[in-house]
Amino acid sequence: MAKDLVKTLADLKEEEVLEIVQNRLNAGDDPLRILDDARRALEIVGKRFSDCEYFIPDLVYSGEILKRITDMVKPKITKTAEMKRLGKVVVGTVAGDIHDIGKDIVVFMLDVNGFEVFDLGIDVPAQKFVDKIKETNSKVVGLSGFLTLAFDSMKETVEAIKKAGLRDKVKIMIGGGQIDDLVKGFAGADAYGKDAMEAFKLAKGWIGG
Amino acid sequence: MTADEKQEAQFQKLLTPKDPEGNDLKFQSKEAEATYKASITRIKDAVQLKKTPDRVPVTLLPSMFPFINAGMTIQEAMYDYDKTVAAFRKFILEYEPDMHIGAAHAGPGKFYEILDYKLYKWPGHGIAPEYSYQCVEGEYMKAEEYDLLITDPSFYFRNFYLPRVFGALEGFTMLPPLTGILEIYGVAFNFIPYALPPVQGTFKALFEAGAEALKWAMAIGGLNGELTTLGFPNILGGFTKGPFDVIGDTLRGTRGIMLDMYRQPDKLLKAMEALVPIMIGMGIGASQQTGNPQIFMPLHKGADGFLSDEQFKKFYWPTFKAVMVGLIEGGCIPFPALEGHWGSRLKVIQDIPRGKTMWMVDQTDMAKAKETLGKNACLIGNVSSSMLRLSTPDEVKAYCKKLIDTAGKGGGFIMGNGAFFDEAKPENVKAMVDFTKEYGVYK
Repeated sequence: MAKDLVKTLADLKEEEVLEIVQNRLNAGDDPLRILDDARRALEIVGKRFSDCEYFIPDLVYSGEILKRITDMVKPKITKTAEMKRLGKVVVGTVAGDIHDIGKDIVVFMLDVNGFEVFDLGIDVPAQKFVDKIKETNSKVVGLSGFLTLAFDSMKETVEAIKKAGLRDKVKIMIGGGQIDDLVKGFAGADAYGKDAMEAFKLAKGWIGG
Repeated sequence: MTADEKQEAQFQKLLTPKDPEGNDLKFQSKEAEATYKASITRIKDAVQLKKTPDRVPVTLLPSMFPFINAGMTIQEAMYDYDKTVAAFRKFILEYEPDMHIGAAHAGPGKFYEILDYKLYKWPGHGIAPEYSYQCVEGEYMKAEEYDLLITDPSFYFRNFYLPRVFGALEGFTMLPPLTGILEIYGVAFNFIPYALPPVQGTFKALFEAGAEALKWAMAIGGLNGELTTLGFPNILGGFTKGPFDVIGDTLRGTRGIMLDMYRQPDKLLKAMEALVPIMIGMGIGASQQTGNPQIFMPLHKGADGFLSDEQFKKFYWPTFKAVMVGLIEGGCIPFPALEGHWGSRLKVIQDIPRGKTMWMVDQTDMAKAKETLGKNACLIGNVSSSMLRLSTPDEVKAYCKKLIDTAGKGGGFIMGNGAFFDEAKPENVKAMVDFTKEYGVYK
């Protein structure tokens, strides 16, 4: 039964997945076990995405199915479970830029692969990144931006991190629309990632796990 | 006329431009006339792939660069049409590209205000004065509204979509379909809603918005005419989109359309098919108005990674190709922009009529694009925004040399930037144009 949910969700069969979840809830199964299976399924989705077997629509769809599972299961949860996380990552779209699609995909990809992600949203001032790094002690920062204005905002954010004395404590990756290795050098980031897979690989390489 | 003859006729029309009264256009000098005609001929040769042009044509396709470079904020560029026009004129006269796409990019800020445009944030409306406007993605069309869109796209747009993206068009929700107006019995009932205050409010806003749009269009249109007399053709004849991007960009949004691919693929496909003739008509209509055959098509959601190969072939390509073919049959030259990376799509998209399209290439490898798409189509690009902003003139020249040597081989190539750019080093933009004029001469 448990195997069924993992496989069915990893294969993105929405209606079947919801039926399995409903049946398991009806049978009195532990909701935390259901969520754990869902998490394992999403790990497979992430792996298939890394292997270029799945693409962005598959990621989006899996996230949507997960949301529906969570909605069904949540009211039945009485205790909370501590999830083991690989490490912490702060992610946001830099100041002046309000694009979120690419950033959201990176957040999702990191999350399903076991990172604890602090998503600061869009148009994030440099100081907010600094504060969040301090507060969470995150080792990796992801800066997203779609427009050329993001070049300067990224540079300013990296400088603010430096000024706060945190530069050697974090690895900084950048990505988005017009971002490339040239911008990486300009902004003083550690790496440029072309897509969400590379963001995941970079974070994994830096944090381990 | 065949598509070939129609295209030829369009170029002949461009080679003999008229003034607004329909008389032969008076150029400001013999030299300007010669420059203009040489540019049109150069573009024609690059597009048709029949003859190698005299040299590689060079274009500049900026977004806000001309205004930023003139020391203006984006807010000024959107609200002060005279300043916008002056900055764009200065930009063209200073950089002297073979062709341009006009000063319409900033757009009329006041017009957006009058209609309470919600689809974008712009300076003073959620964005700082110095930054460009940006789209606010959302599900402006709901998942269950496909049948409405498929049955009557115009009614759907007017009564559902437009009131959601323009606050001032709320009154449209109260209007009955125009197709109910049939014969004397009952005809008057159709007009009752026009007596209602919300509908009248919407129409008042429309009159005001129309006047503002005209004011703006006169300013930038006047500049177009002037630049032509100075020898600089505007090559942009209008704009349309592929149906997947129509639905994925501003109707259902990225997330919405991706879920529809799983949950209601047949409806999505049917809606895209319904949009094909509409998008063809949009391009051909614009081209007839402007007298320019090049119809710009920004491509978004088909880029590498956004869809699997299978999804691309099923959902994106067929209706996009159908729009291009329809435009070509109407004598237009589709001008798609491959925004982002499209390397994985080249083998599919090369399957198009030869010598009938021009493609702006952003970050796709140009050598690979030349070997595939470039066999059948003219390529434009692909000096990157990062290079224009961060490199040195020598680095830009070295990259342009590489482009001319590979993508430019045998013609079918126009030098240009790969993505619409805002900030850039003026000397890099200059280097791109000047170097191409010097090194890009075909021997």
